[in-house]
Amino acid sequence: MGTRDCGHICGESSQGIGEAGRTGEWRSARPVIDNEKCTPARKNKPSCFLCWLYCPDAVISKAIPIHIDLEYCKGCGICAQVCPTQAIAMVNEEECSS
Amino acid sequence: MLGSKAGTQILDGNHAAAVGAKLSRVQVIAAYPITPQSPVTEKLSEYVEGGNLKAEYVAVESEHSALAVCSSASLVGARTFTASSSHGLAYMHEMLHWVAGTRLPVILACVNRAIGAPWNVLNDQQDSISQRDTGWIQIYARTNQEILDSVIQAYKIAETVYVPVMVCYDGYILSHTEMPVDVPSPRDVDSFLPPYKPHTILDPANPRNYNLVTLANPRVNAEGVLCHGYMEIRYLLQEALQNAGETIASVGREFGGLFGRSYASMLWEYSLDDAEIVIVAMGSLAMEAIVAADTLRDEGHRVGVLGLRVFRPFPKSDVVTALKKARLVVVFDKNISYGSEGATCSEIKSALYGSGANAVIRNFVVGLGGRDIKARELAGAVNKSLPALKEGVLNDEYPEWICHI
Repeated sequence: MGTRDCGHICGESSQGIGEAGRTGEWRSARPVIDNEKCTPARKNKPSCFLCWLYCPDAVISKAIPIHIDLEYCKGCGICAQVCPTQAIAMVNEEECSS
Repeated sequence: MLGSKAGTQILDGNHAAAVGAKLSRVQVIAAYPITPQSPVTEKLSEYVEGGNLKAEYVAVESEHSALAVCSSASLVGARTFTASSSHGLAYMHEMLHWVAGTRLPVILACVNRAIGAPWNVLNDQQDSISQRDTGWIQIYARTNQEILDSVIQAYKIAETVYVPVMVCYDGYILSHTEMPVDVPSPRDVDSFLPPYKPHTILDPANPRNYNLVTLANPRVNAEGVLCHGYMEIRYLLQEALQNAGETIASVGREFGGLFGRSYASMLWEYSLDDAEIVIVAMGSLAMEAIVAADTLRDEGHRVGVLGLRVFRPFPKSDVVTALKKARLVVVFDKNISYGSEGATCSEIKSALYGSGANAVIRNFVVGLGGRDIKARELAGAVNKSLPALKEGVLNDEYPEWICHI
């Protein structure tokens, strides 16, 4: 079984979750949310969602409370930077698994 | 207007290339002028401005951008054309790889010119030879008729095998020299060349990514299909070039059937049937070599000429057949792979290895930077190589240069 069956003759893919592989494996720091500080969670109202807007990998859901898909989150830390209430902390991945 | 009527016309090589692109109904042209290619861009922009060619002419700030425009246009389904020379082609180098790697059938007219340093605007073939390993098919024309015919055929070849084609012709010797050229009618060209069917997909309802980061190993995509890694995609490019010879020959044969000029072989052969001595050359030099061969025949030598029409893919088995009876092969190169020898000589040697052929091979580097090379000098080089036949030394480590050092 080779790769010829995919039918591509150049680098080609369709848009889809996971198309670039499990990019969550690249992460060295994990975004951890403090829902005591997160505005939509605290007010229980759809609001803010700047992390959802700025996430370049679209792994943050616009929900209450927000949810981050760690399968594909690369740990870039943009969400933590843009959060006006500092509700997201970037925690070293090694500390999270221990 | 001139260049648009069917029948015999007096055209220089650049004009012939522009007419070839026009007859192929190119849809996007992006090129940056450089000596000696500039008249190609001028002619094509005239056609577009005058309403005689329905195409987008994109003015760009560099050759790199010219090929980037062609790459994008080809990706979304347009038939594209560009042209360059020398430093311009060198500046395109990165994009040449991108276009071939994406398997886009872009056609590029390379008007062969020397490359600096030092500055020189005249002819040799160092520019296109330096792009040998970018994955493009390379066709070399000997006459202005072959330029026009090769551009039209190039589209059919490229759009069949999805490999870009460089149509190369000697600067000034062909680009600025007028010759009678038989210009086919647009209707006949239309019957030969169907519209471009891209392998890439442009569909907002079914969007695609092209050329994303592709890692070393194959990977299962989101639909669960095992997809190529980088190396498999590169293997397919090599496979396409390995198999392109059949398409090049069949397209050339079909062209001959319609237009009366056959290009069914990747080589040009002249008087090879009884030839003991074979001159090998590429581009306009292969025509000059015919004059040299005739002179040498008058002197009593059995000499023929093998002209290399297609350099990539290199027609190894055809070369072996053509040189089977040769005892002496004299290869002239208008290029040099520094520290080694002329690029076509290396190819000839490589093709003959293990074939049982035992010809003495001599290599001459000639005509760099526009240095005039006359038929009598080619004949002189053959005469100078004759003692090697008796000595039986098959190979010289390095080429001889015909210059005044």
